[in-house]
Amino acid sequence: MDLPEWLAFGMAGFTLAFIVINAMIMSTALYTWFERRALGRFQVRLGPNRWGPFGLLQPLADIIKLITKEDTIPDEADRPAFTVAPVVLLLPMLLVVAVVPFGEDSFLGRLNVGILFIVGVTSISTIAIFVGGWASGNKYAMLGAMRGVAMLISYEVPMALAIAGVLLLVGPALPADAEGFAGISSLALSKIVESQVLPFLLVSPLAFLVFVAAASAEMSRTPFDQIEAESELGSGYHTEYSGIKFAVFQLAEFMAPIVTSIIIVTLFLGGTRGFSPVPEQIWFILKVFVVIFLLLWVRATWPRLRIDQIMAFAWKGLFGLAILNLFVVATEIEFLRTSDGTLSTGSLWLMAAINWPVTLVSVVVLARLLGHGRMDRPEPSPSPLANMYAEAE
Amino acid sequence: MYGIGLLKGLAVTMRNMVSPGRQFTLHQYPDRRVGLLGLAKQANTNLVSYVLREPAMAAKSLIGLATVKDRMPQHPRFRGEEFVWYEERCTGCASCAKYCPLGIIEIVTHPSGDAMQEGEKYAIDVFDIDIGRCMFCGLCVEACPYDAIHMGSGFEESTYVREELVIDVDRLRSAPKRPSTWFRPQLEGKGYQPLDGQEVSWKDVGRHQMPDDSELEDRWAKR
Amino acid sequence: MAITTEPVTINLGPQHPSTHGVFRLRVTFDGEEVVDVEPVFGYLHRGTEKLAESRSYVQIVTLTDRLDYTASMSNNLAYVRAVEKLAGIEVPERAMYLRVITAELQRIASHLMATGFLLNDLGAFATPLMYCFRERERILDMFEMLCGARITLSYMRPGGVFQDAPAEFWPALDTFLVETPGYLDDLENLITGNEIVLARTRGVGILGDELAIATSVTGPMLRASGVQWDLRKADPYEVYDRLEFDIPIGVAGDTFDRYLVRILEMRESLKIIEQCVDQIPRGPIKPDLPFNLRPPEGDAYAAVEGPKGELGFYLVSDRGIAPYRCKIRAPSFINLTPLKEMVVGWKVGDLIVIFGSVDVVLGEVDR
Repeated sequence: MDLPEWLAFGMAGFTLAFIVINAMIMSTALYTWFERRALGRFQVRLGPNRWGPFGLLQPLADIIKLITKEDTIPDEADRPAFTVAPVVLLLPMLLVVAVVPFGEDSFLGRLNVGILFIVGVTSISTIAIFVGGWASGNKYAMLGAMRGVAMLISYEVPMALAIAGVLLLVGPALPADAEGFAGISSLALSKIVESQVLPFLLVSPLAFLVFVAAASAEMSRTPFDQIEAESELGSGYHTEYSGIKFAVFQLAEFMAPIVTSIIIVTLFLGGTRGFSPVPEQIWFILKVFVVIFLLLWVRATWPRLRIDQIMAFAWKGLFGLAILNLFVVATEIEFLRTSDGTLSTGSLWLMAAINWPVTLVSVVVLARLLGHGRMDRPEPSPSPLANMYAEAE
Repeated sequence: MYGIGLLKGLAVTMRNMVSPGRQFTLHQYPDRRVGLLGLAKQANTNLVSYVLREPAMAAKSLIGLATVKDRMPQHPRFRGEEFVWYEERCTGCASCAKYCPLGIIEIVTHPSGDAMQEGEKYAIDVFDIDIGRCMFCGLCVEACPYDAIHMGSGFEESTYVREELVIDVDRLRSAPKRPSTWFRPQLEGKGYQPLDGQEVSWKDVGRHQMPDDSELEDRWAKR
Repeated sequence: MAITTEPVTINLGPQHPSTHGVFRLRVTFDGEEVVDVEPVFGYLHRGTEKLAESRSYVQIVTLTDRLDYTASMSNNLAYVRAVEKLAGIEVPERAMYLRVITAELQRIASHLMATGFLLNDLGAFATPLMYCFRERERILDMFEMLCGARITLSYMRPGGVFQDAPAEFWPALDTFLVETPGYLDDLENLITGNEIVLARTRGVGILGDELAIATSVTGPMLRASGVQWDLRKADPYEVYDRLEFDIPIGVAGDTFDRYLVRILEMRESLKIIEQCVDQIPRGPIKPDLPFNLRPPEGDAYAAVEGPKGELGFYLVSDRGIAPYRCKIRAPSFINLTPLKEMVVGWKVGDLIVIFGSVDVVLGEVDR
C-alpha cells in the first residue's frame, strides 16, 4: 500500500516532533535533578537524594505533585491570557531545538536561515512573560513582567550583534548547485558548525563573552534574574500561578539553560565537531553539559544585579563590546579573506592571536570606565559626634 | 582589578564543592544511603566477602538503594521531649508544677499512708505534662528537690492527635528510664550516656546515695 | 491625551521571602523607585513584657530566649545582669567568663546569620547562606553541649550560669577557634571583593552619623556609620575590661559598611574568646540562691552590647517574686527607626537589601 506523499510526510514529521519534544521534556526533568544536586553540592549540602537511586526520581515526584495540585486562577486575572501564557513561554524553547543539528545528519529541519529563526523565535518569550505577569492581576507579577520586558528587549541587541560577529566568520553562502537549489547560506546552523575548523570561542572570545552574558540575561539567571528575583518580588511574573500552569512555566524555565547551552555550543564551541572514535552526538552532549555546568557554577556563586545596573550593563557595556567585536572582526576579514571570501585556518589562528589581546584590553578598559572609583575604600575615621574613648577620660 | 572578585568567588565555591572536608557534617534522619564500602565496613568484613555473602544488598547499594539508620549525634545533656519520672523518688510536692513557667504540669495527690515515719509520702493520682505546650526549658527538672523528674533524650513524640501529647502518669511510669544528664551532674559524673539505650534505676539517679539500713537505724532509733 | 504615571502601593509582607519574619512594609513605588515606606509591626507580638510580670525571676529567662531567637545567649545575659543589679547578687568569676564566651559565640552565630541572609537578599541563591549556616551549626553544637538546646538556650541564671561546661566543650571550642578564621576568609573571598556585591551595596542606603545618633541606632549599624561606640568598651560589664579587642567602624554608613563591620566583629569576637579561654579560672559557677528571688524594692537597668545593638532590660521590683514591670530595650526595633530615611529614593531591590542589612529579628521587634 502506498501512502500519499503528504500523509507520509506528516506522519514522519509528527513522529520526529513527538520524539524531540518528549526528549526535551525528559532531559529537562533530568536537568532539574542535576541542577538541584549540583547546586546542593555547591552549597555544601546533598540535594534531593531520597526518591529513587541517587534521587533520580525526584523530578517525577515534582511533576506528580505539581499536576495534582489545585490550579487556582485569581479573580482579578484575565483568564484566557492567564491560561495561554505558560504555553507561549514553552513554545520558543521547543522551536529552537527544531533547527539545531545534533550531529552530521541528525536534525529536525535544516533551515536555511536557522540562526535568524532562533533569534526571532526566542523573542516570543518576552511576550509570554509580559502576558503572564499582566494577566495575573498582581502587582508583584506586574513589576516582574515590566522588568522582564525591559531587560529581554535590551539584551536582544547585544546578543544579535554578537551573533552577527560570528556570522561574519562563517563566510559566504555556497553557490547554487546545478539543479538550481539554493546553497546553504551562512545563516544555517549546519554551515556555522561546518566552518568552525577552529572553535569560534578561540577566534572571537569577545563575541563569546557578550553572547554568554546576554544569553544568561535572556534566560533570566543570576546575576540577571531580575524577572523572578525571588527575594524581592516573591517569584516575579509567575507569582500567581499554581498547579500545572506553574509546572509548565518551570519546565520552560529549566529548559532555557539547555536550549541556551545548545545555541552556545553550536555557535562558539564547534557544535558537533570532535575527534573521530567518539560519535558526534556524544561530543555535542558533552559540550552542552560543560556549558550547563559553567552556567550553574555562576548561578551558585554570584548575587544579583539591580535592574538599572543590568540595563546599564546591557547598553553601556555589552552593546559597546559587541559593536567593537563586529568592527574588529570585519576589519580582520577584509584583510585576511581569500579570493572566494573564505578564511583559511591560518588566518583564523591569526585572528585568534589578535582578538584575545583586544578582548582583554577592551574588557579591562570597560570595567575601568563603568566601575571607576568603587573599589578603593578609605581608612575609616571615627565620627567626632560621639566617642566612647573621649568620654571615658 | 575590576572583575577579580568575581573569579575569586567562583574559586571559593568550586573549592567548597569539591573538598569533602568543607561539606556540612551531614546526618540524614532517619536513614542515609550507603555505598558498598560502607556496608562492608558496617558488617565488619572486607569488600569481597561481603559481596559473596549478600549479593542482593551489594547490588542494591550500587544503584544507591541501600540505607542504614542515621541520626545526629546528640549530647547527653540534650533536653528531650519525653520526661523520665521515678515514682519511687517522687513525694508529690509539686515543685515542678509550681516552677513550670507555662503551668502545664498538673499534679493531684492523696496521702498514701506510706513512709509514715519520714512524714508520709503522697501517692500520685494525676501527673499530666502537656508536652504540646512545653518549651523544654527544664525548670521543672531544676526545681525538683528529690531528683525524681528528668528530661528525656528523644524527640520523636509527634502524633496526629493533640490530646496524645499529654503525658499522663501511666505513660510516665511505663516510659523507658533513660534520663538526660541535663542539670544532673551526678549522672554526668558517672559518664552516663542516655543514647546507649541503657536504663538507670531510681537508686542511681539521685544527688546522694541512698542510705543503707544501718544508717537508717541510727537515725530513727533515738526516737 | 497626556500619558501620566501614578505611584503604586505594595504590601511587602507580612508574608514575603525577605522580610526576615512577619514584618510588613507598606511601600509606595514610583515605577521601581521607593517614594514612601510605612512599617507595620506587631504580627509576632506575644506580650513578653506583660508575661514577665507574672513569672518569677528565673522563669523569665525562658521568655528572653524567644525575643531575639538568633541570639538567645545575649538576651539571657542582659536579663540576668538586670536581675543581679536589682538584687545585688555577686557573680563568680568562672561564671562571668563562661557568660562572655557564650555571648561572643552567640554574636558570631548571629552575625553569620545576618551576613547569610543579606547575601540571600542580594540574590546569591543561598550559597553564602549555607556557608554561614555551616559555621553556625558548629556553634549550635557547642551550645547543645553546654545546655542541651540549640536555639532556646536558657543557659544563664541570675547569679551565674546553671551548669558548668562539660569536658568535651573545651576541645570543641579550641577546634572552632582554630578553624573559623579560615572559613571567614573563605566567606570574605566570596563576598567582600565581589564586584556585584560592591555595586549593589556601596553607597546604598547611607545612614549618616548624625542621623544614626539622632535615631538612637546602636550596634553594628551605628558603628558602620563611623561612630565608635560599643558598650563593651564604653561601659565594660562582666570581664570585658580585662580583654583586649578593637571596635571596628565603617566609613560611610552604607550597606557594605554594615556588612563589613559584622565580619570584622566576628574576628574580634574570636580574639575575645581566645583570651577568655586562656584566662578562665576554676571555681563555682553559681552562688547559692533561692529559686524564687525577692529583690528589694527599686529598679535597675542593665544593658549589654548584643549582636544587634544595645540590649537593655529595665526591671522594677516591689519585693514580690515577680517583677512589677519589665521593659525591654530591643535593638532591632530601635534600629528600624531610620529605615524610611535610608530607603526612600532607592529601588525595590535596594529596599530589600537595606532592610536586610539592618538585621532585624521580628521576635525582638514585636516582643
